[in-house]
Amino acid sequence: MASQTTDKPLPPGQPAIKTRRFSVSLVWIVPIVAVLVGISLVVHSILQQGPSITITFKTGSGLTANKTDVKYRNVVIGQVTDVELSDDQKNVNATIKLSKQAESFTREDSQFWVVRPRIGAGGVSGIDTLLSGDYIGADIGQSDTRANRFTGLENPPPITYGEPGKRFTLHTQDLGSLDIGSPVYYRKIPVGQVVAYALDADGKGVNIDVFVHAPNDAYVTENTRFWNASGIDVSVGANGFALKTESLSSMLVGGIAFLAPPYSPDDKPASEEHSYELFADQQTALAPPNGKGQYLNLRFDQALRGLTVGAPVEFLGIEFGKVVSINLDFDEKKRSFPVNVGIVIYPQRLGEANTKMLTVLKHDPNDEAGGVRLIGSFIEHGLRAQARSGNLLTGQLYIALDFFPKADKVVFDPNARPVSIPTIPGNLEQLQEKLEGIVNKINQLPIERIAGNLDGSLVELRKGLGQFNAKTLPSVQNTLADVSKTLQSASSTLAEDSPQREQLTQTLDELSRMSRSLRELSDYLARHPESLIRGRPDNAAPSDLQGPPRK
Amino acid sequence: MNRPPTASELNLCLCHSCGQACDTSANPDECERCDAPLHRRKVHSLTRTWAYMLTALAFYVPANLLPVMNTSMLGSGADSTIMSGVLEFWQHGAWDIALIIFIASIAVPGIKFVALTLLLVTVQRNNQWARKERSKLFRFVEVIGYWSMLDVIVVALVAALVRFQALGTIEPRLGILFFGLVVVFTMLSAMSFDPRLIWENPHNEEMPDGVANH
Repeated sequence: MASQTTDKPLPPGQPAIKTRRFSVSLVWIVPIVAVLVGISLVVHSILQQGPSITITFKTGSGLTANKTDVKYRNVVIGQVTDVELSDDQKNVNATIKLSKQAESFTREDSQFWVVRPRIGAGGVSGIDTLLSGDYIGADIGQSDTRANRFTGLENPPPITYGEPGKRFTLHTQDLGSLDIGSPVYYRKIPVGQVVAYALDADGKGVNIDVFVHAPNDAYVTENTRFWNASGIDVSVGANGFALKTESLSSMLVGGIAFLAPPYSPDDKPASEEHSYELFADQQTALAPPNGKGQYLNLRFDQALRGLTVGAPVEFLGIEFGKVVSINLDFDEKKRSFPVNVGIVIYPQRLGEANTKMLTVLKHDPNDEAGGVRLIGSFIEHGLRAQARSGNLLTGQLYIALDFFPKADKVVFDPNARPVSIPTIPGNLEQLQEKLEGIVNKINQLPIERIAGNLDGSLVELRKGLGQFNAKTLPSVQNTLADVSKTLQSASSTLAEDSPQREQLTQTLDELSRMSRSLRELSDYLARHPESLIRGRPDNAAPSDLQGPPRK
Repeated sequence: MNRPPTASELNLCLCHSCGQACDTSANPDECERCDAPLHRRKVHSLTRTWAYMLTALAFYVPANLLPVMNTSMLGSGADSTIMSGVLEFWQHGAWDIALIIFIASIAVPGIKFVALTLLLVTVQRNNQWARKERSKLFRFVEVIGYWSMLDVIVVALVAALVRFQALGTIEPRLGILFFGLVVVFTMLSAMSFDPRLIWENPHNEEMPDGVANH
């Protein structure tokens, strides 16, 4: 109090300033705290700020800025902050702000795709997004390099989240009914699926990537054969009718099955990314290996209707190859159109015959020139190719390699590639040729001349008939009328009451009487032959017949 | 001057608590009757006003940048800030609602900051300009103070009402806390300001703040 009174005359506020400074510091704590809070928020948000990436999608369907989440294992790791068209208006760029802990999703091979409801033959997925709206699914990559531009997948990858298992590559001619997600069966149990497919670099085949989940991936061994288990396999055999399929699902979406052949020595689990061939069916898959194929060229001089690519090639009735190409050619010398047929044969399919032959002939299957020489010697012994009819109803042809010792000798050129085997016409063709000969002979007959002559004769005949009608027939008619008259008069002559008839009757009576007299005379003469000389005795004749007594 | 004497001329000071007119000639600290502290003016009026206003200003930034509300419908949630809400309403054609939200949430705090700064600066410079209007301005700031809480109340209400589990949920976010703090601190700032300082005469009152200390 006293100090305050003494302060009065002094420049005012000295103690007041002191107290004010004290109280000021108290009050100013509030804005300082506020600023600190603000700064801490800023620092926090900067620390929490994850990387920003751009994902390119085909469409922006289901993507909404500040609404669509990015999820990994159903945990939100980021959000779409912007959706806009790309500069060329062909894609949609979605800018995504990832959270701090999702930084590893910027790895170059990370995958992003839009999760939306999908209903397919293989199953139904993403039903929850019907209610919650679409979101972007993410899968972390392995790469060490980082990127901030990604291309969104059109379909969710079938294998995500670093699932244990192995990937294998299957090579095949075409995809068939397979698709991404098609199941892979081992002993009819689904153990994996198709994860990708792509054409070969040269476009001549398809590479299919399959993923087999652990622990069943251990059953994929180096000798394992994969085959296409799609659809229904109907076979009719001596045992009846058999229908085979892996599962209803594989009928719809296709499927792949694998199995190691029953006898596979030194088999060990296959390594990752091992490459296999995909066979068409189980039978061919588990059949002994074909070995090295040999391409041969056949040149037929006849039409080969009914021969198709893939038709079998048989050697003495055993199938050991197939037709791979059929091309029409033009022969400059003969001015004809021969057919070039390319076939591939697998000598190893002949089994023991092949091995024995190789050992006897001491031939190395890898020696190409030797193989050609071998074929040359076979041709010298009469090996010929022939297109035979396999089915008379459908006219399907197959190629038969056979020995025809009587066949005409052919010069074999061992240096020509592809190796060419001479051909002879098939059975049906021979028959056809004969028929053709007959037809030719028939053709050579002077049918026209015959027909001309016949025509002339017919004209003559017609003329004759006209004459006959006009001249002969009337005179015939007259004659007939005369005949009729004659007959009539004859008939009247022979009538019962006619005098001629009367006279005739009388004459006949006379005649009958005369004949009786003659008979009596003859009888008498028989009994009295002497009377001829002596005359009739009196007693000799019956009283009535006795002549008058000789006097 | 032809006017009735002011309380300070008569060395009188009203007790805030019991209304007793105390004699300040002896510089008493407390009311003779109820022992409440005696102040001729609000204590540290300008400083506190400045401090609270700056605090409010500091909170005003996160209040507008941070989301105030999270609306999740059918599993897909979306945060919305005040400004995004305004824009959304505006884009959907509800310009009236957008205008209300904009005025209540963004314009009013802004006006308060401007008004308080104006008042503080003019008072500190002992400016005699438009004292009546400034007094009116202060009353206006005090009146509109409560209405800024509109947003906070809406969010609180909606968050309490919309709870349909998976179908739809609205949750408050951090921004609304800062927004509430902005309103609280602007009100505190307005309350700390002593409108009588506007009328302080620089000629007969050398040190308005200094006298107000006790």
